[in-house]
Amino acid sequence: MNWRAFFALIRKDLTLHFNNRRAVIITIAVPIVIASFFGFIMGGASGEHKNTGVSVDVVDLDRGAATREITTNLLNDANLRVGVLGEAEARQAVVQGKVPVAVIFPKDFGDSAARAFFRPIEKPEIIVLQDPSRDVEASMVKGILMQHVMQAISKRAFSGDDGRKLMHESLDSLDGGAGLSDSDKQMLRELLTSAERWMTRAEASGATNSGPFGGGGMRLPYEVRSEKLTAKQETRYNGYAHSFAGMTMQFVLMAAIEFGVGILYERQRGLWRRLRAAPLSRGMLLGSRATSGALISLITLAICWGFAVIVFKVRIDGSWLGFIGCNVGIAVLAASIGLLLAAIGRTPEATRGIAIFAILMLVMLGGAWMPSFIFPQWLQKVTLVMPTRWAMDGLDGATWRGLGLGSALGAIAVLFGFAILLGAIAVARFRWEED
Amino acid sequence: MREVSKSFGTLRAVDGVSFHVNAGECLALLGPNGAGKTTTLSIVTGLITPDRGEVLIEGRRLAGDTDAIKSRMGLVPQELALFEDLSASDNLRFFGALYNLEAVTLKQRMAAALDLVGLGDRGQDKVKTFSGGMKRRLNLACALLHDPQLLLLDEPTVGVDPQSRNAIFDNIAALRARGKTVLYTTHYMEEVERLCDRVVIIDSGKVIADDTVTGLKNRATRACHLKIELANPDGATWLDELKTLAGVRSAGLNANELVVALDELATSAPTVLSFLTQRRQAFVHLQSERPNLESVFLELTGHNLRDK
Repeated sequence: MNWRAFFALIRKDLTLHFNNRRAVIITIAVPIVIASFFGFIMGGASGEHKNTGVSVDVVDLDRGAATREITTNLLNDANLRVGVLGEAEARQAVVQGKVPVAVIFPKDFGDSAARAFFRPIEKPEIIVLQDPSRDVEASMVKGILMQHVMQAISKRAFSGDDGRKLMHESLDSLDGGAGLSDSDKQMLRELLTSAERWMTRAEASGATNSGPFGGGGMRLPYEVRSEKLTAKQETRYNGYAHSFAGMTMQFVLMAAIEFGVGILYERQRGLWRRLRAAPLSRGMLLGSRATSGALISLITLAICWGFAVIVFKVRIDGSWLGFIGCNVGIAVLAASIGLLLAAIGRTPEATRGIAIFAILMLVMLGGAWMPSFIFPQWLQKVTLVMPTRWAMDGLDGATWRGLGLGSALGAIAVLFGFAILLGAIAVARFRWEED
Repeated sequence: MREVSKSFGTLRAVDGVSFHVNAGECLALLGPNGAGKTTTLSIVTGLITPDRGEVLIEGRRLAGDTDAIKSRMGLVPQELALFEDLSASDNLRFFGALYNLEAVTLKQRMAAALDLVGLGDRGQDKVKTFSGGMKRRLNLACALLHDPQLLLLDEPTVGVDPQSRNAIFDNIAALRARGKTVLYTTHYMEEVERLCDRVVIIDSGKVIADDTVTGLKNRATRACHLKIELANPDGATWLDELKTLAGVRSAGLNANELVVALDELATSAPTVLSFLTQRRQAFVHLQSERPNLESVFLELTGHNLRDK
């Protein structure tokens, strides 16, 4: 084996790549910049998303005590940024996309809602105007709204003179109420009478906020405690870990396109003929290319990860071996993709266009741009056939999830498996003779 | 080469080609673009496997990609097979390494090759700063590092200025003086006449002639060309009639220039001129040419070298 030739072939590729300012910017500087941006909006190094609240406009056409209280509570809710507007302005704001949601309390909403508590009458409507593209925020606002409305309306129904008046009205209407059996009417009468006695006693003792529906209205019967769970107690989520994994992989695969197209250009420029005229085996010519492609990818990955570790405190909290294995797998896969493009591509220009589209699909569906868990279930299953999805899961596991080697083995196996498969196709399809 | 053929799809690029090159000889493969010269060269170097026939180098067939006999050959491709972003020295170092040259030997050969092609003072400069002619010379130098016995030059002067072309001719002459064997493809007659001992004329993948330059010229000793610049050919409806005159081998009109191949200048030229006068064709300029390879090619193939 002519090792001198082998190393000369690799050295030449590395020199040409790293002497090419454009190539270095595209493969190293650009992924760092984009990953830094994505990492920042995905929670940054602390992993804490600063909750700026969902913007919502409130239109109070009722102007009663209940809707005033609801509006005040919405204004004080940390999850919302509330503006109080007229109906026309609120509709305009949603149409123009300035706010995702607006809530309209119609006239007499408070009284109607309190009556509807005890009687089978038509319920009043709260109108929720929403931007069609922002379902998630609309759902969130509806949930928060339900809590505040229930609290304010139940308070109105079970306290004060208004509450007592409503309860008497309800008791009076029981006798004439249709659709209820006598036994149901009797049980409801006992419930309302008991509730009224509770109100009277609570007011007399001054305990306005006690009981299930004391002076503060209905309360949520539970508290929520959140735990951010990773494999190790000391491991913290770092948004930059995922973004650097995704962006670095994307640009390494993009560099693989240039690597493959470079071979096609060498064909066009007669360089390939000259290399083939030397006493070198086909294995050496392709093997040296694959090696230099993988080395360039590995160096790129190392520099980008080094930046993430030093600047953004990304930590390999899981398996180091798993982390290295995934990165080597990505590098080898990139080299194989480059060879495949060189084998099946006809002209550099056409090959580049098609390959860019394919790589973008591969990285997008692999979860490199956004985590794959936000995809629909069926798409999440489909993406399991993509090596990029496995690579992302493997790198997430080895970094911020803090998982062990076992969790990365699947990813490593898939990456190397794809690399071998694509490499074998490339060798089989490679055009050794020029026509 | 013995009865070598190669097809690409329906195109028969090389069709039963046979020729040989003697040691120390310079053989030209002469033919128009698309004649099959480059394919023939690629078959000799083992880059293309022929469908039929065989190639023997120093008496034996090439045995695979790593056959040591490939080290005895140096290919100068028609394209500029250079890495533009590397220096001239780095290019030479790279191509030298492909032939497993040791560092000391490589250094000496690099210096010698650069000197030979007149780039001794430009070794550290990047190739992209070179002129077209300098790149052509470096292209040649890259094929010389491993000191091959057989040089395969595929149209090495394409697109170069006259000064660089002369420099390349001088380089090849110097290599011949060292006893190198040269297989040279071109479609320039003057290059063949200046450099080569023997010519193989190829057209449409077939060998049309295989002879020394002198031998080929002798095939056309009786023919000469009369070139007449006409004032106004005016459709030249008389051209077919001219071709039938006694002593006229062929005739063609290119813009205002009428070219007539004659058996004998002395006897046939007055006939032609008289014919043109009768047809009221005034001529502005008149010139006769001795037979050369161009006329030989025309006679052998029926078309000019650069017609295609």
